[in-house]
Amino acid sequence: MRITCPICGTRDRREFYYQGAAEALHRPDPEAGEDAWDAYLHLRDNPAGRTQDLWYHEAGCGCWLVVDRDTVTHEIYGATLVEARHAD
Amino acid sequence: MRIEGRGRIDRTREVKFLFDGVVRAGHPGDTLASALMASGQMLMGRSFKYHRPRGVLTAGSEEPNALVITGHGGRAEPNRRATMVEIHDGLEARSQNRWPSLDFDILSLNDRFAPFLGAGFYYKTFMGPGKTWEKLFEPLIRGAAGLGALSGAPNAETYEKAWAFCDVLVIGGGPAGLMAALSAARAGADVILCEEDRDFGGRLLAEDEQVGGQPGADWAAALAAELAGMDNVRLMPRTTVTGAYDQGTYGALERSGQHLAEPGDLPRECFWRIVAKRAVLCAGALERHIAFRDNDRPGVMMAGALRAYLNRWGTVPGRQVAVFGNNDDAHRTARDMAAAGLEVVALVDSRHEAENLAGDVPFYPGWQVTRAHGGSALEAISLRAPDGGERRLAVQALGVSGGWNPTLHLTCHQGAKPLWDDRIAAFVPPEGAVPGLTSAGAARGSFSTAACLREGAEVGAEAAGALGYATTPAALPEAEDAPYRLRRLWAVEGKGRAWLDFQNDVTVKDVKQAAQENFRSVEHMKRYTTQGMATDQGKTSSVAALAILADVTGRAIPETGTTTFRPPYTPVAIAAMGAGGEGPGFAPRRLTTSHAASAARRAPMIEAGLWYRPSYFPQKGERDWQVACDREVRMVRNSVGICDVSTLGKIELQGPDVGRFLDFVYTNTFSTLKPGRVRYGLMLREDGFVMDDGTTARLDDNRWVMTTTTAAAGQVMRHLDWVHQALMPQLDLRFASVTEQWAQFAVAGPKSRELLDGLLDAPLGDFPFMACGPVSIGGIDARLFRISFSGEEAYEIAVPARYGASLFHELVKRAEALGGGPYGMEALNVLRIEKGHITHAEIHGRTTAFDCGFERMVSAQKDCIGKTMAARPGLTGPEREQMVGLRPVDGLGRLTAGAFLFNEGDPADRIHAQGYTTSACHSPTLGLPLALGFLRNGRARHGERVRMVDHLRGVETLCEVTDPVAYDPEGGRLRD
Ligand SMILES: [Zn+2]
Repeated sequence: MRITCPICGTRDRREFYYQGAAEALHRPDPEAGEDAWDAYLHLRDNPAGRTQDLWYHEAGCGCWLVVDRDTVTHEIYGATLVEARHAD
Repeated sequence: MRIEGRGRIDRTREVKFLFDGVVRAGHPGDTLASALMASGQMLMGRSFKYHRPRGVLTAGSEEPNALVITGHGGRAEPNRRATMVEIHDGLEARSQNRWPSLDFDILSLNDRFAPFLGAGFYYKTFMGPGKTWEKLFEPLIRGAAGLGALSGAPNAETYEKAWAFCDVLVIGGGPAGLMAALSAARAGADVILCEEDRDFGGRLLAEDEQVGGQPGADWAAALAAELAGMDNVRLMPRTTVTGAYDQGTYGALERSGQHLAEPGDLPRECFWRIVAKRAVLCAGALERHIAFRDNDRPGVMMAGALRAYLNRWGTVPGRQVAVFGNNDDAHRTARDMAAAGLEVVALVDSRHEAENLAGDVPFYPGWQVTRAHGGSALEAISLRAPDGGERRLAVQALGVSGGWNPTLHLTCHQGAKPLWDDRIAAFVPPEGAVPGLTSAGAARGSFSTAACLREGAEVGAEAAGALGYATTPAALPEAEDAPYRLRRLWAVEGKGRAWLDFQNDVTVKDVKQAAQENFRSVEHMKRYTTQGMATDQGKTSSVAALAILADVTGRAIPETGTTTFRPPYTPVAIAAMGAGGEGPGFAPRRLTTSHAASAARRAPMIEAGLWYRPSYFPQKGERDWQVACDREVRMVRNSVGICDVSTLGKIELQGPDVGRFLDFVYTNTFSTLKPGRVRYGLMLREDGFVMDDGTTARLDDNRWVMTTTTAAAGQVMRHLDWVHQALMPQLDLRFASVTEQWAQFAVAGPKSRELLDGLLDAPLGDFPFMACGPVSIGGIDARLFRISFSGEEAYEIAVPARYGASLFHELVKRAEALGGGPYGMEALNVLRIEKGHITHAEIHGRTTAFDCGFERMVSAQKDCIGKTMAARPGLTGPEREQMVGLRPVDGLGRLTAGAFLFNEGDPADRIHAQGYTTSACHSPTLGLPLALGFLRNGRARHGERVRMVDHLRGVETLCEVTDPVAYDPEGGRLRD
């Protein structure tokens, strides 16, 4: 498996650390309530198909990426910096 | 026997090798199989279950029978296919799965009990009741079954792994692959051409045919030489592409030095990961057998293999030869045999309408071979005429062809199923199933040489074209373009055992029995009969087996389906895939700058993550580690000790917003920290549990340095990157790990200040507890922190790593002059347990700040990671297990880490557990054992008694519950 890091280019997956669903980007307000925090921390979909998840280019530039990929076909549509997404 | 004038071996030179301890001879260019055949040895192995005598069946990596062990001791390798072993001087090969010898194998008696050992035998018998099975039959059966044995010695060979990158990967160097490589390379693409054989040419090496007006093998050699001369082409002979993985990554195994008598510094094998933008599969096709009674006798071979041995190696099993096929291609074997002067006693073609394409040989259209006769060598065959009449002919060799199966395995490695093509009665690749991979030639079911050349050229050009290279397909040489005609025939009707999977001893009857017992799914049939589950993965047999399953279950072949193709295509030694990963290569070793000095003092090393740290520094006369440890603890408490703490994670942060950032990642406030001061901080995970702790120093307004625990350095760095990039990208700061850049030493004990005063270039002046600042040592800029993990007045001094070794030397020398010296991890641990400091033994992922007694460190004034969830119900309160100190009531009893705590009088079982211990030591300072642990409502229970029970070690001790800080609770020693 190969992921194209926006900083470093296309690299083998061994350079990356896998974290989990990109939902972790949307941290609730401290006052958002138990349900929001429970969902944020614990509730995850298990999609057969397109998904977005977080990878850390640990053996590379140290950037966190959102990788857009398909769990069925293993196709990778692209990767973006989490920092850049936040700016949007 | 050898046939004069045939073959592409170098007859001017002789190669000597050992087979089963006897010296044999062959020629350069021979495989072990061809050399053994030439010396009259057709018996090359014994089968897995019945120990039936078996000879070589094929001339390639699909070989099921001729498996040998090469080398001996730690260099032995079992289950090598004799067809793939190139002979060299000094080669040692042994037959396997026989006892005491290949010719006389006692376990061939299994063959007599065959009626009891049919399909599902293992499942039925290993469930058998009673002690007789367990004690007698099962060990016997298990002992008898199997292939080659491992030597039991550590592998003495070296292996490599490597990466390669290219535009176009061409898999297979036959006519299609050579043309594909040529077309892509001429267009300008970077090409890698992998060929499993040592020579390029594929089937052309095995055939007597012309390409472009010259012998096919010569044409291939010339083209390979042309490719070798191109800068953008990399030829990789002896390399089998074994798997197709995601995003154009292919696994490949290269036999690097294994074929050489003296490999020098070449590894035995190299496992490649090849990343290709496009790939072309030109892996050819594999011939399939026809099942009939005793079709496994040595001397019965694939027709294509039989003529390969003649044309490439100039050898045949015997002078009298017969051929049995259901297609035109089989006729070529009869033709070539006759042309070589051998006696072709019969060309048997099961098709009534077949025409004889082999010239002047006895031709039997519409006939079938019903049986092979002989024991360890073929002696005769029985034929049955269309009208039922039988005939028996004496032969030493029989070539059989049931047609050809495209070698499409790689196209199905990502889960796709192959497609059935009725025209050739074979499965063909599902195009597009592996993105970027296309197939050409025989691998796609186009079997004539002309078709292979044409498709190879087209697909190679197409692959380069897709990458933007301008292409014109290479001109095609003239070649054979015969149609491929066959009529399917999987098994000949008749009595007796007709074999499908030779390696796992599966017969036609086994497959039928599986269907009868309702294992009708191809995946069930496979597992029930073990068809296709041996090391050859049923390459010569699986299609026939599922065709027979389709017949008996009344289904069509596409409906019956195939089993799943998975990597690797051929066996890959774990040693190759994991090359470099054994012994010290298993993980990187991180060594401190004081490592050599510690080792010189014979300090035993303990692993901390990837780091190696000294446990203790033994002195003369100290009988064990405990004595040394006690001495080192007293040394720190009474004079001064030196400890290398460079392994702690060090992260330098710069920028105006560092304070705000730290406020968010630590539970406590850092933005208020003044320059020149250090603060202890606690980090939580977002779920509210403690992640790590450590100190952060503010060197000046915009420059900070954080320390993490040794174990969590990587995790904390990852976490900080996450928080900054994902949650707070608007903050103006940057940070980097500087763990490797700084060597840092603790100078701890009442004489630490005295030591420093002698060491530093300038007097230290007022430097209170938790101060930090720049200092100079011998003109070198250093950083000094007054922090203490031991509870004594202590400093940590950091210098650029290149000065670490000399600073350690200097510190130890000065400490020794003051009655101190170096101390190791054991003493460090005792010192911190005495002081009740936590480590990852306590913050093990299930404890909260509240549990550790740090709830006041969670600032109410600000948000931080983990704050919300730490306030969840259940994470605070008297029901929580809270950190306490423990000591034996009698001052003597043993304390251990990992033991459970119970109320006095309660049974020591799970539901009564009140907590557990996390750290324990003998405290030389207090003269008694101490432990840290977590006890339900522990902070309210100081002074109570609890029972510590270590079920594993059989220890039980009555303890008093105390505050975690056992030594100097007011902290006067570290401040004054
Ligand atoms: Zn990167």
